[in-house]
Amino acid sequence: MPFYDALKDYPLHHVLVRHEQAAAHAADGYARATGNVGVCVATSGPGATNLVTGLATAYMDSVPVVAITGQVGRSAIGRDSFQETDIVGVTLPITKHNFLVNSAAELGPIMHEAFRIARSGRPGPVLVDVPKDVQTEEAEYEPNQLAAGYDIHPVFAPEDAHYARAARLIDSARKPLIIAGHGVIISQAYGELRAFAEKTGIPVITTLLGISSFPESHPLSLGMPGMHGPANVNRAIDEADVILGVGMRFDDRVTGDLSKWAPNAQIIHIDVDPAEIGKNLRPAVGIVADAKEALARLTDGVAPSDHAAWLDTIRSRNAIKAEAVELPSYIITPSDVLTEIKKGTNGEARLVTDVGQHQMWAARFYGYEKPNSHISSGGLGTMGYALPAAMGVKAACPDDPVWVVAGDGGIQMNIQELGTIAQEGYDIKIAIINNGYLGMVRQWQEFFHNRNYAETRITSPDYVQLCAAYGLKARKVDDRTDMADAIEWAMNQNGSVILDFTIVQEANVYPMVPAGGSVAGMIEDPEVIE
Amino acid sequence: MSANERTLVVLLQDHPGALTRVSSLFRRRNFNINSLTAGKSERPGISRMSVVVAGEAAEVDQVAKQLQKLIEVIEVRDVSDGAPLLREMALIRVQAESDKRGEITELAKLFGAKIVDISHRSMTLEITGAEHKVDSLVGLLDKFGIVEMVRSGRIAMARDNASGGAVWDNTDVLSA
Repeated sequence: MPFYDALKDYPLHHVLVRHEQAAAHAADGYARATGNVGVCVATSGPGATNLVTGLATAYMDSVPVVAITGQVGRSAIGRDSFQETDIVGVTLPITKHNFLVNSAAELGPIMHEAFRIARSGRPGPVLVDVPKDVQTEEAEYEPNQLAAGYDIHPVFAPEDAHYARAARLIDSARKPLIIAGHGVIISQAYGELRAFAEKTGIPVITTLLGISSFPESHPLSLGMPGMHGPANVNRAIDEADVILGVGMRFDDRVTGDLSKWAPNAQIIHIDVDPAEIGKNLRPAVGIVADAKEALARLTDGVAPSDHAAWLDTIRSRNAIKAEAVELPSYIITPSDVLTEIKKGTNGEARLVTDVGQHQMWAARFYGYEKPNSHISSGGLGTMGYALPAAMGVKAACPDDPVWVVAGDGGIQMNIQELGTIAQEGYDIKIAIINNGYLGMVRQWQEFFHNRNYAETRITSPDYVQLCAAYGLKARKVDDRTDMADAIEWAMNQNGSVILDFTIVQEANVYPMVPAGGSVAGMIEDPEVIE
Repeated sequence: MSANERTLVVLLQDHPGALTRVSSLFRRRNFNINSLTAGKSERPGISRMSVVVAGEAAEVDQVAKQLQKLIEVIEVRDVSDGAPLLREMALIRVQAESDKRGEITELAKLFGAKIVDISHRSMTLEITGAEHKVDSLVGLLDKFGIVEMVRSGRIAMARDNASGGAVWDNTDVLSA
């Protein structure tokens, strides 16, 4: 309360969320959209513990967030006082660093330090826990003074020899690939990635969080790798002789069984975090550097080249026949929703996706052109992320259309934030891809558990009535001929709108490399295999 | 020191909770730590840890690099090469009726151990040395009946002339 008492004296816009988890996700969304530090505040005890999922989400995806929590007074710490939680202990493994402030004199330097740590190197969340009596204590504030003794380790300057070796590998490659990850977006290396790809002619794969780091209409763009990547992308990885991974971490959803992944490839790995080099796989060359700088230097070091034949081979294997599934004409397919949203927004929108089947469909079928226009919880896979994160994205980019794409399961996990959205007057368009199931789990049950749909059937409220209760509008869309009109209607409404799209219950995400599997075990869509 | 062990020296800020961060990291990342000691260093405000890590080069590499990422860690050195000074201390209390005391005293003398406490029932030996030396003494004392024992874990320092002990920077280690 002392914090809030003082807040009115500062030119800050404070957003009162309905649940602290949403505050953490909103700060995360703001940070992803801008690259600046997002800030969230919570009270001690349950307020602080409610931030945990949001901080873990930000930590996994390297998002700069500063969380400020209240704590009981210094003399009450350790006595199991009312609303006391050791939040520094709780968040130890899910923050880049955290602080308990022991005096008002420390507060200024620690705050500066917290922001510096959050945004430096590989970004991440930092928590600052402030006891109540520290909040009321007075001390001299010295701007720009950093707390002593918190070293940020300089990134090892990679030697020229590393770049030279990488360049030699790239120049001699016959079937090379680039896999671009979130690091390209974080360092805003869009131009550098494009220049490198165009000079070398190497096809570009983008990981889930690397999506929108490279325009998908570009002739060299291939799409997403891994568990739900297109079959031809995974087959290309299987065959590649050199793979340049930049700002990505060879996550298990990308690689499956590491021992069988990219068996013919020599790996060049660029990452700003030294610990990522060699963590999951051992590269032929590891370069510890910011993606922007590394790609620029590599571009200078490589010879111009062209891999048209290799690209043609990959493209010729593309098995997607534009969802050419035989369905009654009124049925909405997941890809329809995405293509219609793109059409309706002219590709100007920022999409914030939740977690599950719709997330994969949104990753696959939208076709992202605009840099950093795809925002999603990748590493932690946090259901309930999209709606609150979109509030942060909208606050950061008020002039861009912001769309949430969520499942009927995930949207209900933070649905209370419709209240915040209404109060703030945010203009967020929310597309629910509604199949009446926790669809991704249902899909696993279909494939691996004999269609035993145990506890995945889920009902939804009537979103039209729900929105009406919040003073918002909604429309149920269950005929594909109504889709374009519904999207146009949504775009023309002032304020937030839900479009509740009914899709077939047993729609699946194809292809699928089962967890821990390899390309050999890939499950493809029975409808499109020729 | 067995073949697949490496010894890391870690300098870190003497902040409350810094040790928790290190031990939390080991648990979370599932690292195999054979020994860990912590104490003051020659620099005020800076603690020094000796960590003995079991595992292949790639695992040790991860331990060092993840440690280096902790904000309060100042430096991580691998001092395994160049015959580092590795020492452990132990206090060993053995049953010692009067007829056994001569033999135990003799063993202590051979090992350069000190007898630091004695009662009608027991003797307590203090030994400092390489881990295998402490192991040997413990083995020999076992037959008398060890009542209580405390071992410090290994502390480590590179030799003054050793080239080993460079600050961990190993993109080369991996690409070699």
